[in-house]
Amino acid sequence: MSERRVVVTDCPGGPLLVRGADEVVGVDGTSAAVERAVVAVCRCGRSERMPWCDDSHRDRRRRKKP
Amino acid sequence: MRLPEPCGPLSEGVVETLRAQPVGPHAVPEPRAMGDVTYPLTDRDFQLALWILYELHYRGFDDVEDPRAEWDPLLMVSRAALERTYEHAVRELVAETPQDAPALEDLGDTPAEQVTAALVRMTARSGPSDVAQFLHRRASREEFRSYLAERAVYHLRESDPQSFVLPRIGGAAKVALAELQYDEYGGGRADRLHQTLFARALASLEMPTDLAPYVAQATGATLASVNLMSLFALNRRLRGAAMGHLAAFEATSSLPCERILRGARRLGLPEAVQDYYDEHVEADAVHEQVAIRGICAALVEDEPDLAPDVVLGATACLAVDGLAGEVLLESWRSRRDAPVAG
Ligand code: FES
Repeated sequence: MSERRVVVTDCPGGPLLVRGADEVVGVDGTSAAVERAVVAVCRCGRSERMPWCDDSHRDRRRRKKP
Repeated sequence: MRLPEPCGPLSEGVVETLRAQPVGPHAVPEPRAMGDVTYPLTDRDFQLALWILYELHYRGFDDVEDPRAEWDPLLMVSRAALERTYEHAVRELVAETPQDAPALEDLGDTPAEQVTAALVRMTARSGPSDVAQFLHRRASREEFRSYLAERAVYHLRESDPQSFVLPRIGGAAKVALAELQYDEYGGGRADRLHQTLFARALASLEMPTDLAPYVAQATGATLASVNLMSLFALNRRLRGAAMGHLAAFEATSSLPCERILRGARRLGLPEAVQDYYDEHVEADAVHEQVAIRGICAALVEDEPDLAPDVVLGATACLAVDGLAGEVLLESWRSRRDAPVAG
């Protein structure tokens, strides 16, 4: 068996794709279990399903007020 | 599944041929009828004939006795004739679609950059579709059910067309497509197979879970949107278009699924219906990135000549699915406006 690697791929303007992780810990310390082979972690802060990307980064109308 | 009821000379030709001759070679269905098709994109008879011929490559029909019908040379001739007409109509529709996008060459230095930028641009313009907004805020339970019924023609076979592309591409693009399909096919869990999730949603509303009744009532435009995937996936020369189609499909799925999920909650529809759309919000946000950056970018890096086809497939997806959505909305509108009988 090859050693398992965690790979993070940058998607400019969108999320980070993460392969091989077991959990993602949010800023508030809550941990979300990774349940698929690849997950998209939100980077824009607009997702309503943190820590996961829900594609809100492309919806210009849903920008959160500063 | 049994052969669907034909609805015109083209589908009748195909059905009669498949029924009447238990063994091939089968006669070519009446070619004359093709001349009568004015707009193949919404012509139910035309699309049903093509859908039946494609279905021979998927799960087939219980009442087609000859298992060799799939590769029957004369049925291939029929399929090719229908495909030619359909592809021509799709290319015309794409050419008519207003393009405010810059030329590919101006979008980046490499084909991969160009295609990525083109796909992101093209799919960014579309907010949640009118259909999704309608389902979110206005649809009645009955209208929601009719939406599920219409989409069942695809979702009960979800992702199957794209599997035909796997052996047709190589390297990183193949790996990325396999990764996406693995997720569509349940990520190693039979109970998470997306087709099954959809069947479970149908069952929760006491709707049938086999394809036949849905094909029997699907509009020409819905059949066209499903046939488009088979057209691209079953013709190796169109593999670029197949992957562009997939990218556009995935990139315009997540936000609408969120809307549809809220509509299902508003109507208090069963958990299984919500689960299907819930799954697709996150899954398709991932698939979009994998399809655009993993599959399409890698594909054109490998085969730069496919770049225009990738864009063609994506544009065709948005245009043809848009058409199917309009037809559906129009049917809801006209039913709401119809005077109540009695
Ligand atoms: S990165 Fe996609 S929603 Fe935030």
